[in-house]
Amino acid sequence: MTEPTDLKYTKDHEWVLVHADIATVGITAYAADKLGDVVFVDLPAVGSTVAEGKVVGEIESTKSVGELFAPVQGTVAEINSAVVDAPELVNTDPFGEGWLIKVSFTELPELLSYDEYTALVGE
Amino acid sequence: MTDRYSPLHQKHVDAGAGFTDFAGWQMPVRYSSDLAEHHAVRTAAGLFDLSHMAEILILGPEAADALDYALAGKISAVSIGQAKYSLLLGREGGIVDDLVVYRRGADRFLVVANASNRAVVAEQLLERCSPFDCQVFDESDDLALIAIQGPRSYEILSQVPGVDVPGLEELKYYWSTAGTFKPEPPAQHELLVARTGYTGEDGFELYVAPDVAPVLWDAIMETGAGSGLVPAGLASRDTLRLEAGMPLYGHELGLDTWPSQAGLARVVNLKKEGDFVGREAVERGAPAGSRVLVGLVAQGKRAGRADYAVYDGAVPGLADEPIGIITSGALSPTLGYPIAMAYVDAASATGGAELFIDVRGTRVPASVVALPFYKRETKS
Repeated sequence: MTEPTDLKYTKDHEWVLVHADIATVGITAYAADKLGDVVFVDLPAVGSTVAEGKVVGEIESTKSVGELFAPVQGTVAEINSAVVDAPELVNTDPFGEGWLIKVSFTELPELLSYDEYTALVGE
Repeated sequence: MTDRYSPLHQKHVDAGAGFTDFAGWQMPVRYSSDLAEHHAVRTAAGLFDLSHMAEILILGPEAADALDYALAGKISAVSIGQAKYSLLLGREGGIVDDLVVYRRGADRFLVVANASNRAVVAEQLLERCSPFDCQVFDESDDLALIAIQGPRSYEILSQVPGVDVPGLEELKYYWSTAGTFKPEPPAQHELLVARTGYTGEDGFELYVAPDVAPVLWDAIMETGAGSGLVPAGLASRDTLRLEAGMPLYGHELGLDTWPSQAGLARVVNLKKEGDFVGREAVERGAPAGSRVLVGLVAQGKRAGRADYAVYDGAVPGLADEPIGIITSGALSPTLGYPIAMAYVDAASATGGAELFIDVRGTRVPASVVALPFYKRETKS
């Protein structure tokens, strides 16, 4: 079980779990809460290359559309098909079952710590 | 602008609501899940705080005549106790606001308008009513508004301790009546109870003094807890009214919208005697080539949203101009597919027409359907 305190974060309200050369990416509870009930996620194809900071997918709630940014440069190694079938996982378990993509990367950019991220969202 | 707060604000904070700015008011957008709140209203009941709405009272021997002149409908023909949906038109025929008029007496009318239009509606009513023997009072700060909506609304409201509304069960849709709320004797508070709403379900709207509203809110929530009643925020209110095909000012309605474009020609009574503001322009008709409001339904999960363009071709091409624009859209929680309201060219506004919504670069096929998208089953 990974605790939010062990994760890295981006200014775009995504979390990143780094294990060897794989970065698992999701959106934070703060972002999920701001979006409201997620009803549709559009994720990139496995094998596609993604560039750091670029939009690679969409997270739609009843009320709005959020963009999924690639926090790292690399290749999409896996997508969470469970969340495609049950987008509400993003709300119910944003740091766990609601993960979105795994990216195989070569270089890790500078990311925010838990403390830096909580300071950013003021919580 | 300074944020304004509902007299129920603390209740929403205590219930863990998230807030959104609505016309300068900090109002609850959702308490936990807007989808759950939406479904609760369709299957049981939801409680809404609508205290941001504007209430304007028109009193006097010529109040009915004044409103016949000020509004698009024949208000003088409304019975005491009855309510009527109407429009405040501009001289050029556009819609300044849509509103509900409650006739509370021969000489007494309560006009309920959108929060965002409070100032302009109060000002216009004052000006338009000034030649008549009546007075106009903006009561918005002295009235809170709580709505209970959903099939179990009557069952719950009729059991709230201290709430006494004679004839509540028989109260017809779009009628109102006076009631009382006695939370703790000897205190007794007046209620105005109307069988109206903005969700497509049965339900009631309760007007009450702001200082009484929190006690009434708690009493209704406690009574309804076992019946599936949940507090419901503005996010669910928006998807509920969209499914019910009800227009929202600033989306489907505005100063550049003629009533006929919005499917509201029936609200404008051209047969009534005497002049009314906007009559001449409405009689001239909307400008040639005006777009009309339609419903659109699509397959899949990707919803067209406000301001997305509508095309009549599947593939972007040369000289490919949009033939319409979406004003409201969402993945319908009740129906499970995307729905939208859109203004489209008259040539494309026929039922069954196959159009395409530009969903962030992808053309999603959509069919024109009659509104509403959702209609509750009524007992025959």
